Amino acid sequence: MRKIERKDIEHIAKLAELDFSDGELEKFTVQLDRILDHVARISKVDTEKILPTSHVIEIKNVFRDDIVKKSIPKEDALKNAPEVSDGGFKVPKID
Amino acid sequence: MSKKYESVIGLETHIELSTNTKMFCGCKLSFGEESNVHTCPVCLGHPGSLPVVNKKAIEYAIKIALAVNCKIREYTIFHRKNYFYPDQAKNYQISQYDLPLGVGGYLDVDMGDYVRRVGITRVHMEEDTGKLLHTGRTGRISESVASIVDFNRGGTPLIEIVTEPDIKSPEEAKEYLIRLRNLILYRGVSNCNMEEGSLRCDANISVKKVGEERIGTKTEIKNLNSFKFLQKGLQYEIERQTNLLESGGKVIQQTRHYDNNTNMTKVLRSKEEAHDYRYFPEPDLVPMHIESKVVDEVRCTIGELPAEKAERFEKEYNLPKYDSSFLSNDKKVARYFEDCCKLYSNAKNISNWIMGDFSALLNKEGIDINDSKIKPANLASMLKIIDGGKINSKIAKSVFEEMFKTGESPQVIIEKMGLEQISDGGLLEDIIEEIIKENPGTVKQYKNGKKKAIGFLIGRVMARTKGKANPKMVNEIMTKKLK
Repeated sequence: MRKIERKDIEHIAKLAELDFSDGELEKFTVQLDRILDHVARISKVDTEKILPTSHVIEIKNVFRDDIVKKSIPKEDALKNAPEVSDGGFKVPKID
Repeated sequence: MSKKYESVIGLETHIELSTNTKMFCGCKLSFGEESNVHTCPVCLGHPGSLPVVNKKAIEYAIKIALAVNCKIREYTIFHRKNYFYPDQAKNYQISQYDLPLGVGGYLDVDMGDYVRRVGITRVHMEEDTGKLLHTGRTGRISESVASIVDFNRGGTPLIEIVTEPDIKSPEEAKEYLIRLRNLILYRGVSNCNMEEGSLRCDANISVKKVGEERIGTKTEIKNLNSFKFLQKGLQYEIERQTNLLESGGKVIQQTRHYDNNTNMTKVLRSKEEAHDYRYFPEPDLVPMHIESKVVDEVRCTIGELPAEKAERFEKEYNLPKYDSSFLSNDKKVARYFEDCCKLYSNAKNISNWIMGDFSALLNKEGIDINDSKIKPANLASMLKIIDGGKINSKIAKSVFEEMFKTGESPQVIIEKMGLEQISDGGLLEDIIEEIIKENPGTVKQYKNGKKKAIGFLIGRVMARTKGKANPKMVNEIMTKKLK
């Protein structure tokens, strides 16, 4: 099993838009490494005759018909906006 | 482009489906409406809300995958594509990853002199994002430039079609996209409106020395949202890359934005690590098993395709290949043509009018054949009137234009404008004698052996009758009189 290194934590933190202190980076490196070690035990199981699973519930093909349902009022939709402007969710500009 | 280099192009096309509702919730699909009026907890990504797949969207996606000759995967699932960008509320987009709906297809692109077979790597389903409206600077000193998000579009069923890097020129890219658009329009699963963004195209492009095996470093061009921009953007990029390599430089892998005002591509600020999307199976959606029975059912609902239709037109109506493919390219034109054929038997005549005067007027007005005031019945009766000798083909042009303007029947127009052909032998004889008397010089030339001079005299007759004389009769009488 590949060892988790500090730079992996830095990379993940960046992707998740999280800022960690030095101490946290250290701590999470150790913790995540341990979690992965734990999970890695599953690789010892013989999976020769087991099909890959993407979902734990054994159902498939859950669909709905293409029928319009009432949307929520605009005011309600915008209640969770950090800021509202021109009837929309105002966010910092991103190039 | 220097002959020393050749280009390698692959296209990614996104198509918004024209279902009633979004991919994973019952919100209505809309365009150009007031912002944020078609949203719900699912498409706004509220915690605890759960997506449910739109059955119609799957059916439409299968139709598209079949259109580009893909195999439909029996087992297919959705993945989460994780990235931070405010155009989607969940911070992930539900998409497909390594088990897409359709794989291993192709599209044959007719380039006139040759056919380019473009491999289709995959056809997958996903949800569209919300729309970002960038506001300008709000104040004089203000740095508070912001974006406004409208989630009406967020969650619209979206199909992505990815080609192999089989396309060799900007012209081929353009033809590919035209062909793809026609195929999808034919199936009625998207309106493919490029201006409204329901069909969008990105291109991957690299150049390499002719004969070189290894593909060069590629760039991705965004915002190629018309056939013209696709072609021009690619042309610019080929030139840019070629010049770079010629002058000893190197192409850097990057995403570039095509600006149709300057006709140049500009580098978009490269987002570091942006391509690490950490895909994982979407736990909120269960897998899909698309049985072959279902695929067959969908296949049955697909009508005749353009190429099949063209072939049938050629046989059934005995039309030249060019006419057949022109008429079958647009489903609405094809239907119009066939409606006319039910009322009038000379298919080639109908074809000539549709391809000629009719298309010219439609293009000029920028309207569809269905929106034209000329109904198939009126075109058919005009053609019958011409055949019956009541008007000649020159006058018919004026009748046709009037029909296009007013939508009136040809009978009404001919009467109203007094356009009926003069086929009264006595009257024509009188007029012809007048003309002969008035042009003794020309008559002499004719009698001295200059047979072409008769054309001038006939022209005078046509002018005097304002084009209404029966040309065949004029010719006969004139020849007789000049003997």
